[in-house]
Amino acid sequence: MAVPILKQSKYLIATIQSALTDTDLVLLRDALAEQVGKFRSRGVIIDVTALDVLDSFASRTLRDIAYVVGLRGAQMVIVGIQPEVAFAMVQLGITLSTVATALDLEEGLAYLDGRLRHAQRGT
Amino acid sequence: MASSIKLTTTQFEAAPPVLSKPASEALPALRELVAHLREHRTELREEWARRITQTQLLVAMSKDEIFAEATSVYDNYVEALETGTLETLQAYARNLSERIIPRGVETYEVVGIVLLLRDVLARSLFAKYQSDFKVLNHILDAYEPAANRIANTVAVGFVQERERIIREQQEAIRELSTPVLQVRERLLILPIIGVIDPQRAKQLTEQLLRGIRANRARVVVIDITGVAAMDSHVANHLVQTVEASRLLGATVIVTGLSPEIAQTLVNIGVDLGKMTTVGDLQGGIEEAERLLGYKVVPSGETGPSV
Repeated sequence: MAVPILKQSKYLIATIQSALTDTDLVLLRDALAEQVGKFRSRGVIIDVTALDVLDSFASRTLRDIAYVVGLRGAQMVIVGIQPEVAFAMVQLGITLSTVATALDLEEGLAYLDGRLRHAQRGT
Repeated sequence: MASSIKLTTTQFEAAPPVLSKPASEALPALRELVAHLREHRTELREEWARRITQTQLLVAMSKDEIFAEATSVYDNYVEALETGTLETLQAYARNLSERIIPRGVETYEVVGIVLLLRDVLARSLFAKYQSDFKVLNHILDAYEPAANRIANTVAVGFVQERERIIREQQEAIRELSTPVLQVRERLLILPIIGVIDPQRAKQLTEQLLRGIRANRARVVVIDITGVAAMDSHVANHLVQTVEASRLLGATVIVTGLSPEIAQTLVNIGVDLGKMTTVGDLQGGIEEAERLLGYKVVPSGETGPSV
């Protein structure tokens, strides 16, 4: 099932709604990489609230997406990881340590706003 | 030891609480036996109490108490022999265990006194029937299995009661061991006190992660001032907890590492690079407030304002 990507002012929001196949994940990566440029987005939020498992391939792809959109000039944040999922991930040694995470969509938006303000103040 | 106790417990629970039905020819013998025990109640009881004191059992109890309990046990014992049902004795054994366990009476003492009673009664039977070996044989045929079952019942009752108390206490410890407290909007503290075993560590993590979700926490301060020692297993679990919390979008600050624990962690090579550590709880909370953008300002120079 393809993941819908919504544009919300400067951000793109991708809400994963059901378990994804590896192909779906790759498609999501490509779509985000393209749309970040198209909409000149400054941030990307990937919402995984609905997922009850995040395996190593999914985690690696999410990390890759963060790198890719980072190179295209946007910040990425993953939101909505469930407590059980989080603990299962760290037990498997998946820590996503290079990717920003936030509790839910609201927090994710607040995080991106903060980063954007910070970047603007810096210039 | 534990497995053998368990075995008797299951055997015991499988069978209904009735003494194995004596063969019909043993019935008169049993009746005679009961009559004998009734007749010599006073002296046998005294002899038993004397032997208990002499062998230094039940040292936690006074002489009078021992005698009073000995009387009750004796009467219940004779009744169990007579009626062939163990229910009353079982209930009494449980009640007795409830009373004496808090006073520190050990399993070997309870088993010891029951075996002593068995010994005292057997000796009196030997003394009475020593002239007629055939009758003695009959009487012992009736007495031995019944006495064994009674001893078993009392000992198992004691052990079961003890296990029940231990279970209850474990439950109580589990319940009070891990409070997750909110000190400010979006700031949780998790004070950990006592020994952390793998089970408790797991429960702790679950509660913390759930707490982060429920309170929408952004910063968590884990205070381990009250933890005396930490092994590599628990340390790794702590690191995992920190990482899992981060995946939920919360920053974890660990405070109160004692010098010993710090040394241990360095020696066993746990990667603490991912953890933010601050010396004490106060520092941790101040750091957390800074991260959340709070600023604590004294309201005036002359103490609290009106």
